Amino acid sequence: MTRSAGRTFLLWLLAMLAGVAIVWQARFSADMSFFLPAHPTAEQKVLVDQLKEGAVSRLLMLAIEGGEAGQRAALSRELRGRLLKTDNFVVVQNGEADGLQADRDFLFKHRYLLSPAVTAERFSVAGLHDAIANSIDLLASPAGMMLKPMLARDPTGELYAIVSQLNAGAQPNSRDGVWASRDGERAMLLVQTRALGSDTDGQEASIELIHREFAAAAAAAGLTDVRLQLSGPGLFAVKARATIKDEVGRLSLISTLAIVGVLFFVYRSLRLLSLGLVPVLSGALAAVVVVSLVYGTVFGITVGFGSALIGEAVDYSIYYFVQSGRVGLDAWRQRFWPTIRLGVQTSVAGFGALLFSGFPGLAQLGLYSLSGVLTAALVTRFVLPKLAGNTPLRRDLAPLGMTLNRHLQSLAGWRWPVLLLAALAVGQLYLHRHSLWHPELSALSTVSAEDGARDMAIRADIAAPDSRYMVVIGAAEREAALQAAERAGEKLDRLIADGVIGGYDSPARFLPSLATQQARRASLPPADLLQSRLQAAQQDSPLAAGKLGGFIADVAAARNQGEVTRQSLDGSSLALLVDSLLLHHADGWSVLLPLHPPSGEDAPEIAATTVRQALAGSDALFIDMKGEFNKLYNDYLHEAMLLSLAGLLAIVALLTITLRSARRLATVLLPLVLAVLIVIAGLNLLGERLHLLHLVGMLLIVAVGSNYALFFDGAERQQLDPETLASMAIANLTTAIGFGTLGLSQVPVLHAVGVTVGPGAVLALLLAAIFVPRETRR
Amino acid sequence: MSKRLFSCLLLTSLALPAWAAFDVGQLMADLARHKGGKAKFVEKKYISLLDKPVVSTGEMTYTAPDKLEKRTLTPKPEILILDKDLLSIERDKQKLTINLGNQPEALAFVDSIRGTLSGNRAALEKNYLLHLSGTQDKWVLTLLPSDQKIATLLQRITVSGSKNQIRSIEYLQADGDRSILSIEPIETK
Repeated sequence: MTRSAGRTFLLWLLAMLAGVAIVWQARFSADMSFFLPAHPTAEQKVLVDQLKEGAVSRLLMLAIEGGEAGQRAALSRELRGRLLKTDNFVVVQNGEADGLQADRDFLFKHRYLLSPAVTAERFSVAGLHDAIANSIDLLASPAGMMLKPMLARDPTGELYAIVSQLNAGAQPNSRDGVWASRDGERAMLLVQTRALGSDTDGQEASIELIHREFAAAAAAAGLTDVRLQLSGPGLFAVKARATIKDEVGRLSLISTLAIVGVLFFVYRSLRLLSLGLVPVLSGALAAVVVVSLVYGTVFGITVGFGSALIGEAVDYSIYYFVQSGRVGLDAWRQRFWPTIRLGVQTSVAGFGALLFSGFPGLAQLGLYSLSGVLTAALVTRFVLPKLAGNTPLRRDLAPLGMTLNRHLQSLAGWRWPVLLLAALAVGQLYLHRHSLWHPELSALSTVSAEDGARDMAIRADIAAPDSRYMVVIGAAEREAALQAAERAGEKLDRLIADGVIGGYDSPARFLPSLATQQARRASLPPADLLQSRLQAAQQDSPLAAGKLGGFIADVAAARNQGEVTRQSLDGSSLALLVDSLLLHHADGWSVLLPLHPPSGEDAPEIAATTVRQALAGSDALFIDMKGEFNKLYNDYLHEAMLLSLAGLLAIVALLTITLRSARRLATVLLPLVLAVLIVIAGLNLLGERLHLLHLVGMLLIVAVGSNYALFFDGAERQQLDPETLASMAIANLTTAIGFGTLGLSQVPVLHAVGVTVGPGAVLALLLAAIFVPRETRR
Repeated sequence: MSKRLFSCLLLTSLALPAWAAFDVGQLMADLARHKGGKAKFVEKKYISLLDKPVVSTGEMTYTAPDKLEKRTLTPKPEILILDKDLLSIERDKQKLTINLGNQPEALAFVDSIRGTLSGNRAALEKNYLLHLSGTQDKWVLTLLPSDQKIATLLQRITVSGSKNQIRSIEYLQADGDRSILSIEPIETK
């Protein structure tokens, strides 16, 4: 090694060490932020907040199976007790009724401030008469039986007025006093973790804790044939992370081993092999460093893309060793480097287009690949020659190249069959144009079909809220937020009356705004006035005014009582409910009003436009979570189409400027376009529904495939020598291995790119060979 | 309907010699043969706090073995439907559905009427001690709660009837309040 080589090596080593230091500090994440919009609209922001922090994202549903019904119920109680003792869970519900009394006491105590029926008219002579007569009528009904013990103190039925506005919704089935599945064969529990939905570590710890406590409870009861099923967003997050972690390692290992095998076959030298990996390592490291520096957080899926990057980045050192071995370094720089440089530029244009995506995962993939490819190319050009010195390639690749050449020559006759195939592909795609694309964001979800089905089953058994529809209001202060919730509530009440919605939840039911509480209190008459009005109102009633001393005393007490505050709710489950619907964050307060669809339909939906019209003019925002998700995905898809087109245009522009000939441009582009058509039609034929990442894959076929097509363009002027041909075949093989490995992935994002670009790259080379202009051949 | 009822009665009288002792098992067998029907009802609730009873009237329909519809017409329209363990109450455009499996006390209450209507002795004896007096033409079945939890709500249920037709159900609650449900079958052709 010369002195300058030593210096170069040292510089490279220092850069690598600095890179390692940065990567060491980098934050890696495998949560769903990969999919969440970088620049969300107001609606999407709610969606993102709910997914990361909302109550629903912290719900875990548990099902105890096996054993006898009694054993399951006992185990359910035991598990609930154990989980409540830990600090990991905010709510553990299994249908036991112990918490209800505190709630009921609270509602009864504060009924004159909480009841929506409290107005000045209700406490007039006529109002009292009507309200009390109504309560007596209600006693005729089983629904009124709960009122009877309270009748003397609450003759106007304020507790009933409060309770009847609560939407009981679908209640889970029950066996032996605890929740059970619809068939009664599973005991069900609903748990809300303290850890946020976005805190995957916290979710994992909570899930492990549940399994541990269940095993301990089962062991203590001497039960061996009981099992615990668990599902929920937290579990999905934990599983997705495990899958991605597992795959990053596995896929990189597979592609590295396969590529190292290929390289060793080519080089037959450990020294060359190690040198050949220098640009790859540099590229892979630089890619993570750049992403971590730009985004702060590196997504697991991004790193999973490394396997493809390795396959692509290794190309440059293959070109260098195989081609320069024959012609020497200077000649290589003159003859081959411009072609390689153009290939790098087209790849960079392809990956670069993704940088502008509002889909953070896609932008990161773009930056990662771009930095990796660029670094690998630069290291090959400027560092590798110095490190390698004058190392001759021991193995003569000319025979391999000549064999390949013979085969490629014989491919010339395939032009028309290929064009026919492409025409068939177009036909196939045209016929299936309506079912080509997967319409939902779930296409990108790592949740397996099996896990999804289990989740549906448990969710149905426990009647868990899906919180699809929601009204959201923002305000600077708590009081303003609650007042806005009450105003929206009035509009929603009309929608309930019209049957548009079935009901809604509101924090203002248990924590009304101070203004509302004060207005209600002001409508309560003083004791002597109430007494005389009652006398007049109850003259002919079976409930004599004289028996209502408790009522008069309670109203008098309510007149002197302080307002209900958030602190008054402490100790009841209502506090949790209010906290999950009234959120305090950095820029103020927001209120969530989950809407329930009208009952009596199997797949109930809410008429979004009617609700939006009803809320028009207020700052309340109606959100259909499912609709938002699909809109988000369609936005992504639309954007990805534009970006792919832009990337394609950039590549065409690059080629046009460099090649300066329409014919040469067509020679380079035709094989690429045909490769894209045939691959996409092939995937469609195999039953793959296309999504966003397939689209990106198409762009990458053009970006990566052009590297190979370009060499054939070079061949038009100078005869393509066997070594160059061999180097292309080998480089193509490594790229196909790199991307193809991604095709093995269970992560849809990686899988889609893999199955598109892997075959696409090979096809691009073959088709380029087939469509080489004939006059250059002998 | 009446034809079937008649043949039921005929079968009963054939199968049972008049001198046979009339016991709970016999009554249950009679009741179990009752496949359903429609009736008018008047319910009076005597509540200590009120100077007069609360009276409600309406119609009820029973379909054996576990569907009961009680349609109150006065003083306020209300529809109560009991289908298996689901109790739904519709009133003032509001619909409330209760899964009785979740509320053992309410279930015991409902089982008293449902068990009697369907002649399900096992269901009745789960929660009550049964005592029968009178004859097949005029019988009185008394149900005393055996479960402590139910006894804190309910002292006694007295069901009286004739043959396989229930005529009245009286609930005497633990606090001394009581309600009497009188049933008048509507003959349908």
